[in-house]
Amino acid sequence: MSFWDQALEIARVDLRIERRVGDVLRIILPFAVVALLVFPLALGVDLSAISRLGPAVFWAIGILFGMQVALRQAANDRTERRDLYSLLGLDPAARFAGRSLSGSVLMIGFLAVLLVATVILYGPDLPAGWPGPVLIGLVLTGIGLTELGTLAGEVTAGLRNRTALASLIVAPLALPLVIGGSQTLESLARDAGILPWLLLLVATDLALAVAGVALARPLEEASR
Amino acid sequence: MRLQRVGAHIVLENAGVSLGGQTILRGLSFSVAPSEVLGVAGPNGSGKTTLLRLLATLVRPDEGDGRVLGAALGTAEVYPIRSQIGLVGHIPSVIGELSLRENLEHATRLIGGDLSRIEPALRVVGLDEAADRKVEASSYGMLRRTEAARLLITGPKLLLLDEAFSGLDVDAQELIDALIARTVGNGGSVVMVSHDAAHLGRRAGRVMSLSAGRLETVS
Repeated sequence: MSFWDQALEIARVDLRIERRVGDVLRIILPFAVVALLVFPLALGVDLSAISRLGPAVFWAIGILFGMQVALRQAANDRTERRDLYSLLGLDPAARFAGRSLSGSVLMIGFLAVLLVATVILYGPDLPAGWPGPVLIGLVLTGIGLTELGTLAGEVTAGLRNRTALASLIVAPLALPLVIGGSQTLESLARDAGILPWLLLLVATDLALAVAGVALARPLEEASR
Repeated sequence: MRLQRVGAHIVLENAGVSLGGQTILRGLSFSVAPSEVLGVAGPNGSGKTTLLRLLATLVRPDEGDGRVLGAALGTAEVYPIRSQIGLVGHIPSVIGELSLRENLEHATRLIGGDLSRIEPALRVVGLDEAADRKVEASSYGMLRRTEAARLLITGPKLLLLDEAFSGLDVDAQELIDALIARTVGNGGSVVMVSHDAAHLGRRAGRVMSLSAGRLETVS
């Protein structure tokens, strides 16, 4: 079976499991939206401040809860399943690619819903034609965050307290994604160019993809 | 490498394994020929599971040498032969959120196998009526039968069984026996470990005893 066939099979089953378990849809997303709702209460009735802070709150909550989306696979990844995959001849790089793929679908959906909720609740001041560029930034950020979470899950596989450790790895390494994603929105609001920030996101995504594929086998072997 | 027993599926020479700074296995030397069934008996904590994981190439030897299906343990040679190894461990290797049939479909797709082999395999293991049941709603015996069906589909050359008969009814035990017979009949080999030497004696051509990480030949 080819690399991509294996990766697509992993992604397909992962999405099927998410449809049944609903980690993202039923647990993480509602809590994130509640966090968006609660935040303005701290700002009082200053509507202009609420509108100004909308993009920042979106990214703060998006990254915080997005990390949970990115790390959900690591939390469910048992030794028996990893062993089974090894003995079925699954290429660890294909597993990384498959999990990044399914995770990205969920992450982008999560961030998209959160963005819509932010626009409704905060009414940020965005120029006409913002959805296209913002969506591109959101997709690139979502892919990068998922790759980072999947990679962190592999790095911490087999360790005790792996979920906590994985979060600590993801948080600082997500910095280029946070900067790229937030500056895309900021630049749009200021009517400045967003290309440098999109390029930063693309470069980060590519670097994480290369690292994930190249390190998948050594990390899997080291986890035993 | 010094190991020269041509054709043997398993050759270990003074192999040892340490985990977490503790020596689990040491000085293991034995070979398993094609179509041979080897039983390894030992009490809890004697290193039986680690031995099977070593043979499954899932842990590396810290000392000595070993070859499994011609691949040197602890090297990249083991990656391509892993798909020829079937391991039935303590905990059934199934994905809890899927149904029994979906587990088989997933495994079959990952090996690039023929999905039409799933129904016959389910019938053989007696799960054709219950195949759509979720793993979490299935009994331990049903999960073991699902593993047996998967092994029927993947047809491993080396079958490793870890206390595979415990907790199973007579029908399921006969199924595992049939799996052993089929593997041996196809020229494969089987290593089974158990704390119950008597039941190994009934099934294995040769039984060894594992105690505190060291092996002795019993019969």
